[in-house]
Amino acid sequence: MDIFLQQIINGLTTGSVYAVVALGYTMVYGIIQLINFAHGEVVMIGAMVAFTFITSLAGGNLPAPVILLAGVLAAVPTCMVIGYLLERAAYRPLRHAPRLAPLITAIGMSIILQHLALLVWGRNPMSFPQIMENPIIPIGGAVISGVQIGIILLSFMMMAGLTWFVYRTRFGIAIRATAENVRVAELMGVNANRVIAATFIIGAGLGAVAGVMFGTYYGIVHYTMGFTLGLKAFSAAVLGGIGNIAGAMVGGILLGLVEALATGYIGDLSNLCHWPGLGTSSMLAERCADGGNFVVFGSNYQDVFAFLMLILVLVLRPSGLLGERVSERA
Amino acid sequence: MNMLKGRVGLIMLGTALLILPFVLGMAGTAWVRITNFAVLYVLLSLGLNIVVGYAGLLDLGYIAFFAVGAYVYALLASPHFGIHLPFWIILPIGAFVACIAGMVLGAPTLRLRGDYLAIVTLGFGEIVRIFMNNLSNPINITNGPKGVNLIDPFHIGPINFAKTDTFAGLDVSGPIKYYYFLLVVLMVVIVINRRLQDSRIGRAWVAIREDEMAAKAAGINTRNIKLLAFAMGASFGGISGGMFAAIQGFVSPESFILNESIMVLAMVVLGGMGNIWGVVAGAIVLAFVPEVLRYTVEPAQMALFGRTLVEPEVLRMLIFGSALVLTMRFRPAGFWPETRHKREFIEPAEK
Repeated sequence: MDIFLQQIINGLTTGSVYAVVALGYTMVYGIIQLINFAHGEVVMIGAMVAFTFITSLAGGNLPAPVILLAGVLAAVPTCMVIGYLLERAAYRPLRHAPRLAPLITAIGMSIILQHLALLVWGRNPMSFPQIMENPIIPIGGAVISGVQIGIILLSFMMMAGLTWFVYRTRFGIAIRATAENVRVAELMGVNANRVIAATFIIGAGLGAVAGVMFGTYYGIVHYTMGFTLGLKAFSAAVLGGIGNIAGAMVGGILLGLVEALATGYIGDLSNLCHWPGLGTSSMLAERCADGGNFVVFGSNYQDVFAFLMLILVLVLRPSGLLGERVSERA
Repeated sequence: MNMLKGRVGLIMLGTALLILPFVLGMAGTAWVRITNFAVLYVLLSLGLNIVVGYAGLLDLGYIAFFAVGAYVYALLASPHFGIHLPFWIILPIGAFVACIAGMVLGAPTLRLRGDYLAIVTLGFGEIVRIFMNNLSNPINITNGPKGVNLIDPFHIGPINFAKTDTFAGLDVSGPIKYYYFLLVVLMVVIVINRRLQDSRIGRAWVAIREDEMAAKAAGINTRNIKLLAFAMGASFGGISGGMFAAIQGFVSPESFILNESIMVLAMVVLGGMGNIWGVVAGAIVLAFVPEVLRYTVEPAQMALFGRTLVEPEVLRMLIFGSALVLTMRFRPAGFWPETRHKREFIEPAEK
């Protein structure tokens, strides 16, 4: 099996999910220059709501795509409402407060959402019911599954849709105008409050779909899933240049690829037994004998790569790959 | 007259603190232990207060330094490596290692703006925890998720902090000894904090918090001063971590999750960022919340519904989350605000 190609495919799948979640961060940031810290939890709740619907419908004799669609259709409005409430409770009242204030309320909201989810859905992970076939298609020494194809296609459709919305509609113009300058946009007749609330809502809606995709891909959802997913998606947004919609997509895909490749290769690369000279040296000879291994970094370090990448990007190129904003403003 | 009044108050507070463990001991040793953990949280909050309150740098991975201190103590005083150093050697080592960790985190990230810094520190805290979870392979350093067991208690001469001794006919249990030790450390830390606050460094921190550009223009080496805040906060965290390991006798990565960082942050925010007494009060109030909940909410639910609907653990986190939101929303400078912070948070809103 071709490990490289396989990891590219896997990376592309998770990367598209990161990209869709990253859009939520980047849109909010683009307009009010604040991190929507609770976005990851919104994504989690989307996945939870959808799974509850899917599980309860799975027993009936509805066709699988209808069940899946019902789950998504339940999750999206729920998350939109949460996104709106988030903006009203944690961001709007503090819009003119010092920068740290809304960040702290957002952390509080994210803790509240996480533990409300724990109350509703319990501590145990929920697994995805087997409602449809997941065909495995071989391509060039690797395999791609039906779910992976679906996730990649759907993500690209959503990104294209959002790009069209932001660049080709009146409301999109209002969003971009507000991002440019709130005061001037208001003078031009834009209702800034509505635009800001709308970015939260749109981001939450996209996040809900991303949550369902992520849950379907791994076959499991849990009330803590939003934290790591959110942090990674935020890294992706920063990587691409936060505030920049195209950047979030590029950053998401790139982060997914790097993570997949690093996870695929780090075990072999850090296996000291395979290092020339070291494997036969006296110190490791005992461990390496008879095909033994001495792996320093196993695949359980997967999450570390995303965080390390986040730190590296923020330190080395805080404006991201496609970003134009200067990040050192106080 | 006023001074005399202050003195009397101080003496009364001191006496109360001195006899407190014996009073609590009558209700059960568990309450002394709970008080000890509350004092540890106060120490942690005071450490975080230097970073968040004075210097205005939001650190969401503060628990990592606590973890570093705890693991340094655990590894140097347990059968895990067979090393058994006395605590007065390990605590400074733990503080030093945590301080280095703080500088390693701080040096590259301090030029970032506030919210980016918060996210990076959060990532750092997670990285530390992931390493502690996984450094059991291929060489067993941290013993992975199982953690390190049988950690040595403190010893001062013949006094063993894990056993009950009798002094002048008075039974002094292990937790009570730790209580007095913690009280001494707490007083030292408070004095250091107060001296820092009024020093050149403390004023430089506040200047940076208020306006970094202006601080730089006034001749403050902002990078070094910010690094110092990180290093000092981290070493306080490291010392607290060492004491935590000794008191608990056991450490595992479970104790150092993000929620703990958030909890300490909630204590600092609730009390009032930058104000020592506010932070102390906030930490004490919030540290006792879980215990109060355990003794009230659970029995109440049992009586009302016959089973536990909402675990106290969950309720605790809901309360911390709400404390963060409501404090920032309605009393952004905290319940016992520092005057300068009060000006910063409240006056612009009234303009």
